[in-house]
Amino acid sequence: MMEESSVAGTTGRAGQGEGADALILLGCPQVPVQTSAALYLAHALSRAGIRPRIAGTPAARKLVEVADPERHYAADLADLDGCIGEMAEGRGGYRYCFAFIHNDSGVAYAATVAAISQAHIVAVLFGEHAEALAGEIEFPCERIVAPAPHNPLPLKRRIDEVLTWVASNQ
Amino acid sequence: MGCLESMNYEVLLSQCTFREAREYIRKRCREVHEVAPGYRIADIHLIGVPPLLVGVDGDTIVFPYTKPCHGTFVIRAGSGEEAARLRSAKKKR
Repeated sequence: MMEESSVAGTTGRAGQGEGADALILLGCPQVPVQTSAALYLAHALSRAGIRPRIAGTPAARKLVEVADPERHYAADLADLDGCIGEMAEGRGGYRYCFAFIHNDSGVAYAATVAAISQAHIVAVLFGEHAEALAGEIEFPCERIVAPAPHNPLPLKRRIDEVLTWVASNQ
Repeated sequence: MGCLESMNYEVLLSQCTFREAREYIRKRCREVHEVAPGYRIADIHLIGVPPLLVGVDGDTIVFPYTKPCHGTFVIRAGSGEEAARLRSAKKKR
């Protein structure tokens, strides 16, 4: 109980997205590489001078909070649907959105962000259906595809390639 | 606009894809309206790939409701206010 309270107490501690440059949109945390890759991405974006905000479901956020208790990498955490609502109502603009996708819902969320914001979308596709889901995407975006569900290194390498491009546009 | 729980809703289709939800609404609803992603119904901003369809039948509405972990559900809910708001936009069939 104490552990739960401690975790819940860190939710929404910082930011509320004000001033964030990039949105990291987490999907269902069912596939293990997501949390690791998201924290790595947040770290890399911060080092490039791009302030990240991570949005996810309560379970996805708790995984991030436990992995980064001092919030070194995830300083700004937000509720996924609340974040979508803000953008739909014209608040919370971002330059970039990195949408983590491993199921049909992930494609739907990324398409929604593409429709309601001006952000440059990077679809981060992972898990066993990554290739097939990449084929489902009809909106303009960069695509990172790495099917491995447990090994984060292929995804990390593809993220590094895109970050080189992102940093060059800073 | 209230919350979904106050709208007396039922689930017509569970854990489907957004395409299946779209086709279900297109085929089963006589009156169909296209809305933009993020369109708000009660306390929900609709998630989905355009075209995003919402059906209307009398004072009930039929819409897709996407959850990150469980896919898309098709919901029928009673709301004369929401139905009227949809009808005020251009009707699409």
